[in-house]
Amino acid sequence: MGVKKMKKLGEARKASSILVSISAVFLGIVAASILILLIGKNPIKGFERLMFGAFSNKRRIGNTLAMSTQLILMGLSFSFAYKTGLFNIGGSGQMLMGGIVCTILGHYLPSSMPKPIFIVIVILAAIVTGGLWGLISGFLKAKFNVHEVVSSIMLNWTAFWLVYDFIPRFVKDKAIAVKSEPLPFSRTLGLQWLRDMTGMSTLNLGFLIAIASCIIIWFILEKTTLGFNLKAVGSNRYCAEYAGIKINRSIMASMAIAGALAGLAGLTRYCGYDTLMEMGKMPGEGFDGIAVGLLGNCSPLGVFFAAIFFGALKMGKGSLAATGIPTEIADTIIAIIIYFTATNIIIASFWNNRFKKSYEKRKAKEREEKKEEKV
Amino acid sequence: MIGIWDIIKVIFPAAIAYTMPLLMGALGGLYSERSGVTNLCIEGLMLFGCFASAAAIVKLQAAGVGFTLSIVIGIVVAMVASMALSYLHALASINLKADQTISGTAINMLSTALTMFLAQTITGSGNITIVRGIIRSDIPLLSSIPVLGPLFFSQTYWTTWLCLGIWGISYFLLYRTNFGLRLRACGEHPSAVASAGINVHRMRYIGVLLSGVLSGLGGAVILVTYAGEYNSGAGINGLGFLAIAALIFGQWKPLGILGSTAFFGLFMTIANVGRVLPGISEIPTGFLGLFPYFATLVALVFSSRKSAAPLASGQPF
Repeated sequence: MGVKKMKKLGEARKASSILVSISAVFLGIVAASILILLIGKNPIKGFERLMFGAFSNKRRIGNTLAMSTQLILMGLSFSFAYKTGLFNIGGSGQMLMGGIVCTILGHYLPSSMPKPIFIVIVILAAIVTGGLWGLISGFLKAKFNVHEVVSSIMLNWTAFWLVYDFIPRFVKDKAIAVKSEPLPFSRTLGLQWLRDMTGMSTLNLGFLIAIASCIIIWFILEKTTLGFNLKAVGSNRYCAEYAGIKINRSIMASMAIAGALAGLAGLTRYCGYDTLMEMGKMPGEGFDGIAVGLLGNCSPLGVFFAAIFFGALKMGKGSLAATGIPTEIADTIIAIIIYFTATNIIIASFWNNRFKKSYEKRKAKEREEKKEEKV
Repeated sequence: MIGIWDIIKVIFPAAIAYTMPLLMGALGGLYSERSGVTNLCIEGLMLFGCFASAAAIVKLQAAGVGFTLSIVIGIVVAMVASMALSYLHALASINLKADQTISGTAINMLSTALTMFLAQTITGSGNITIVRGIIRSDIPLLSSIPVLGPLFFSQTYWTTWLCLGIWGISYFLLYRTNFGLRLRACGEHPSAVASAGINVHRMRYIGVLLSGVLSGLGGAVILVTYAGEYNSGAGINGLGFLAIAALIFGQWKPLGILGSTAFFGLFMTIANVGRVLPGISEIPTGFLGLFPYFATLVALVFSSRKSAAPLASGQPF
């Protein structure tokens, strides 16, 4: 009896992860609207301004995509570790380390070096630095059982203070004491044709790097033995161990690759989107990347679209000033969406119940129709 | 020339001040994790408490309420506000069976964004500064004891004694009462507790809400003792995560976390007060700043191998 019932249920539609994500976004927007109403402002006007700020002309679209670039890479970084059952909350630190090393290289490599060679060098440097910073967490987890969340938070603050020290030591701006000297255009990821195409926006080569990363990560996860092993460790550690997969090595590899992606995000953030680094600033992208990864269901394609959505929120909030709504509403929306994605089981079961009911109704109708035909 | 005794006299009271918020955060985490709910949102809860008390104290003092009374009310407001926020974590992780790490992260993000949002609405800038915090005072009689007096009983904040009192009560509550036994059992074998007829969900709710109350207190203590302002840019500098690290380093035991938070408090003091001390002041600011975090990392390497984490922590029931 029970088995029969199970089978019957199996025929009803199941809520897809996209539906769950969209529901979370919807609930997040509703909650934010209530919040805006509570402070006595008009939410519809607010969202209109957000959209205006993000997409109203070529230049704004370019800036939105440039903002999304870091989010794509950070989202990928989080997702990749998450597939192996690791929670990489250390994206900020890995990003800072990638950023500071590339900034220093930008200032110290000879200016006669052709740009293509320079770009290859900084990309490699970002991957190696971020990867090593991520590897520390992986190594501590594998060898000493240190929880990766706590160790990577400590590494975030270690990176924060290292950058605090490195900026005045190596790349100090002569005019402003708390910033690094801006990099010249020839030492950033900026591309003239991308700028011309988008009305001098901040869009840069980083966006193409992010797209390439999406494809590479998809390939690693879906088409290689390494990806299979990492996913196996993530879904059932003991089963994977029994099958002969080396758990410790997988943990370290996963954190190193996640770190490398975050390091690249640092490169695009500080040597593309921006051209300088500030002392005493912890980048918010570490947490935003988690949001992007979770909303995108940790798949490269999902991450891409979730990052564009969050990028639009973050870019569009600049145009909110006229409405009197604090710009932090954008980050509040993101946080609420993540709360709802965390409770995705409840959303999924809501939809599954709806589907089940409509399926049963349809079946009952069909049965009745058949009866009528017989009569 | 400053003698070693003078340095100790500067460092010790400061270290105690830095320890107390950490102790409250870690104790909050202890209640939650021993009841079986992983709590990564101590940072967010403490930040929320810091903000709520700052907003309340500024409003009250503007309305003409007395100095000490407004601080007391501010601390209570912080505890209630953080408890309300922790309710969201409880709801998600106990009833909705959400991934507790993700829910905790969401609460952290929500707290950061919401406090910024509200601070903007209230003051128009990202910061709320209170006119002055608690005035330090000497404990009569005890402060004149040689050696111990200057170290423990001089220039103290009254909140320090409040926090230590709560720690003492918690120790008693967890290890000497039925309630404590049940709470700890919920974190180890919830099904055994349930079969004894005790409501596991209720115990876990109590654990998480208590973590909200205590973290809120911790956040308020940061404000009224050494910080003096809620700063949306800096937040509370990862103190909540240090509290979680202290919880792990202290092996989820009250006495352990008292030791580990004191240890971290000392490092925080060296990082913050070290600038004025001879010998330490030559170290660059950046390296002094990373010192407590790096020390925590090293401490974790030595303490995580034999982890005494509650067995059922993080698993929905």
